[in-house]
Amino acid sequence: MADIVGKIIRVNGPVVQIRCKETIKMLDMVEVGDLRLVGEVVRIKQDIAYAQVYEDTTSLKAGDPVYSDRVPLSLELGPGLLGNIFDGIQRPLEKIRAMEGDFIARGIHVEALDREKKWHFIPVKKDGEKIAPGDILGEVQETSLVKHKILVPPDVPEGMLVFVAQEGDYSVDYKIAEIETGGNVIPIYMYQKWPVRKHRPYKQKISADTPLITGQRVIDTLFPVAKGGCVSVPGGFGTGKTVVQHQLAKWSDAEVVVFVGCGERGNEMTDVLANFTKLVDPRTGKLLLERTVFIANTSNMPVAAREASIYTGITIAEYFRDMGYDVALMADSTSRWAEALRELSGRMEEMPLEEGFPAYLPARLAEFYERGGRVINLNGETGSITVIASVSPPGGDFSEPVTSHTKRFIRCFWALDRDLAYSRHYPAISWIDSYSEYVDEIRQWWDSQTDGKWVEYRNIILDLLQKEQRLQQIVKLIGPDVLPNTQKLILETCHIFKNAFLQQSAFDDTDTYCPARKQFLMFNAIIKFHTKAEELIKQGVGIEELRESSVYQSLMRMKEENIDELEKFINSIEQEMEKLKK
Amino acid sequence: MNMYNLRQYTNLEEIAGQLFVIKNIHNVGYNEIVEITEETGDIRIGITLEVGENYAVVQVLGGTSGMSLKNCRVRFKGKPLEFGVSSQILGRIFDGLGNPLDGLPKPVAEEEMNVNGMAINPAARDYPENIIETGISTIDVMNTLVRGQKLPFFSGSGLPHDMIAAQIVRQARVEGEPFCIVFAGMGIKYDTARFFIRNFEDTGVLDNVVMFLSLADSPSLTRLMTPRFALTAAEFLAFRKDMHVLVLLTDMSNYCEALRELSTMRGEIPARKGYPGYLYSDLASIYERAGRIKNKKGSITQMPILTMPNDDITHPIPDLTGYITEGQIIVDRELHARGIYPPIAVLPSLSRLMKDNIGTNKTREDHPSLASQLFASYARNREVKAIASIIGEEELSALDKLYLKFGEIFEEKFVNQGYNERRTLVQSLELGWDVISVLPPEELVRISQQQIKQRYRYKK
Ligand SMILES: Nc1ncnc2c1ncn2[C@@H]1O[C@H](COP(=O)(O)OP(=O)(O)O)[C@@H](O)[C@H]1O
Ligand SMILES: [Mg+2]
Repeated sequence: MADIVGKIIRVNGPVVQIRCKETIKMLDMVEVGDLRLVGEVVRIKQDIAYAQVYEDTTSLKAGDPVYSDRVPLSLELGPGLLGNIFDGIQRPLEKIRAMEGDFIARGIHVEALDREKKWHFIPVKKDGEKIAPGDILGEVQETSLVKHKILVPPDVPEGMLVFVAQEGDYSVDYKIAEIETGGNVIPIYMYQKWPVRKHRPYKQKISADTPLITGQRVIDTLFPVAKGGCVSVPGGFGTGKTVVQHQLAKWSDAEVVVFVGCGERGNEMTDVLANFTKLVDPRTGKLLLERTVFIANTSNMPVAAREASIYTGITIAEYFRDMGYDVALMADSTSRWAEALRELSGRMEEMPLEEGFPAYLPARLAEFYERGGRVINLNGETGSITVIASVSPPGGDFSEPVTSHTKRFIRCFWALDRDLAYSRHYPAISWIDSYSEYVDEIRQWWDSQTDGKWVEYRNIILDLLQKEQRLQQIVKLIGPDVLPNTQKLILETCHIFKNAFLQQSAFDDTDTYCPARKQFLMFNAIIKFHTKAEELIKQGVGIEELRESSVYQSLMRMKEENIDELEKFINSIEQEMEKLKK
Repeated sequence: MNMYNLRQYTNLEEIAGQLFVIKNIHNVGYNEIVEITEETGDIRIGITLEVGENYAVVQVLGGTSGMSLKNCRVRFKGKPLEFGVSSQILGRIFDGLGNPLDGLPKPVAEEEMNVNGMAINPAARDYPENIIETGISTIDVMNTLVRGQKLPFFSGSGLPHDMIAAQIVRQARVEGEPFCIVFAGMGIKYDTARFFIRNFEDTGVLDNVVMFLSLADSPSLTRLMTPRFALTAAEFLAFRKDMHVLVLLTDMSNYCEALRELSTMRGEIPARKGYPGYLYSDLASIYERAGRIKNKKGSITQMPILTMPNDDITHPIPDLTGYITEGQIIVDRELHARGIYPPIAVLPSLSRLMKDNIGTNKTREDHPSLASQLFASYARNREVKAIASIIGEEELSALDKLYLKFGEIFEEKFVNQGYNERRTLVQSLELGWDVISVLPPEELVRISQQQIKQRYRYKK
């Protein structure tokens, strides 16, 4: 950055005021002070620009120079994203560590994508072909799991391909194509730059029709999310937000995962990174790392970069979506992002609304979730972004602003419950307060796997769980003895369902991932038991006998069984239970 | 350094609370040290909170009492607050700003370190993996502490959190490993400081302790710097001198109150209960200074202690702490009133680093499922107890009565233990099996059948 555009006149935490001698625009990237700390213009008032600075501003002075090329803060999108870990404004953390050591120093300028590394490029288009924004020019097998498609940037107009590189090994900044358009020749590189805050265009949104299979029973079976859906995961501390998101990053059947650690713990990033270099994708047998991009702006890293981190994450997700992939984006936690927004807003002396949050909080949330979804790309293929974002409500109170606004923009809600967490019933997803509005969209997929039974069973169980909730109130007042056996059976079936089905430890070697087929078998077994038990009760069989029966005991331990054993067990349920008749 | 920095200024514009505004100055950096010399020659330290074109807002760490607009000289040092660290700090006692309190001279510094620290690069962190055996069953079996973890005590006034912390310090040492303690006392009473000093003496570790004390009567704003000095010392000892450092921070509630005071004084818009919106980030800048770094031998384990105002866990101080730390140990008033020591409420307590560090090849293969079962069964006991209190014990089913009995034995035998009693992990696990075997084996669905066969105490 060459040009001096002004000088600092005030420093207040991460916000600096600049008196400009040159015009600068909103969202232009600036570098401030002798260390050239990176910042972004977020407000302009006459000749004063306000910049939020992505690094600690200690020692900045009034009078310090401000530089800018007057271009927006942008990301580098190209091969080298996968398996890598970046900070909130896409600085490569491994590289920074190699350069500067274990602690993050200030004023480091380093390109996001490695310029040395060569990637094997195979063209799919030929010279002379017509070309449009979003078209695939060629491919790079970036990892053994993901083919990185080299796209014509969305902002390059239609034209004619006048040059495309031959198959060969190139670095990301190598010019692999030239497009002639309107008399100009535009060079195309293996990477493209894209402003961090601008959503990447697509042709049109389409409705979701496939579930994101997560291997977590309570999610897939009761509160499923569609590929392209948006989920909110609110919960007080320790209720399992991070573990749920880690589980989905590990086991969900997305093709690319972007994991954003936004203002959370350093060790949690270490945890996923270390795990992902060991864990293998159950479907492909390849390392999970190979499909994952990490953004880590932990709680002790600069707050302005935290604010940017979720935009960095979702822009990278959009880039892979544009290649036609199903992408899952995890953001942990959006509350920390909202707090960063609040802090920056406060430093700019804006008028706050509820709990100090700026009035534009809901608009920003809406914008963010709007970037999720299933779309037809510019090149006509479909791709999707599923957004799974945690919320950390103060005091675990869901009526606070971030949770309540978020609810307007999502259609799936996994409410984490403190009491469940206390009894180590994980995932602590409340079956009473959670919901999914994707059931109708994905019903066909499930029905095709389950002879059309899934929705029916799901309704039966949700109904039983509601009833159980009411019965428990009665039990608390007058004890269980007064209940008729049919109602006691509801308590028992729900007891089985909660303990044998919903409870699923992320740290159990086999149970950490439960295939859809097994989920349905377990579901089926419980429904079978319940139906038969209703019949037996009418014929005078008691609750104690049911509880002590071998079927009951086996149901409680279904998780440990494999699919073959489960099938055998299901076929034996009715017969075994018959024996309870005197 | 810049020539202007040596310039002294004598005219202040305004003094308000612990802040003053000074005008007609140049070249003053944000967040740097200011030295204020009084007529008497006494020196106070301040920090620039905001800098503008020809003014600065300065926060005075020692408080502004006695200062007038004209009676002091102000010098801008052109650098952030630093602490001169060296191995000689071991065994020493400092005030909250790193000045010796023990009458001995300032140790010769090997290095001046910025007390604000720098963020550990997430890519440089090494995941904590060695458990620390504290000798306390509820911690070792159910909320395992791991080296490099930050695990706070959420307590209340009058509860024995200091005793528990002292017991852990005494029992948790691993012989033969370079080990030291950094103690930061913020706004605590002299008695509390004395209690810990005596304990360190009794344990024979006093030479390996560094203390930073800003007692209840010292200016409230030095409290804000105390943990930063302490953690700077800890980082030096852990990452330059390869030591395993245990940092005790007490009482974080006093720290947070000081922060609130400052924020109010600056007229900032508060978030909850008058605390500033950046309380989370500020606390994180302290708590995240724990952990391990790849290729480094040392580690920093933090045990912050905080008293929950009105025992309310949803208060911003415990709430935001819990959102940052790797779990929490809850000290419970009701258990304490019933004479149970250590009165640790296991259900709301949590160790987040336990999951990866227990079980086969780490502790014992039955540890994870036994712990999970104890949690589940004890949670059930609480439910049954609530029902029993309304409908009467006699009305309970036979199974529920067993759950009542389980809870009693669990609290009396497992939770309860002596202040000087050090249980090995194996002893604690065995005790766990004794206690869980009050319940019939079919109830123990979180434990595999094979482990039940192997370890359940079947009645002869
Ligand atoms: N699915 C799960 N299986 C087993 N344990 C879990 C699960 N989810 C959460 N936990 C436990 O709860 C702890 C806290 O979970 P975490 O996701 O870190 O909470 P949060 O992010 O909401 O604060 C974890 O360390 C782990 O011990
Ligand atoms: Mg979390």
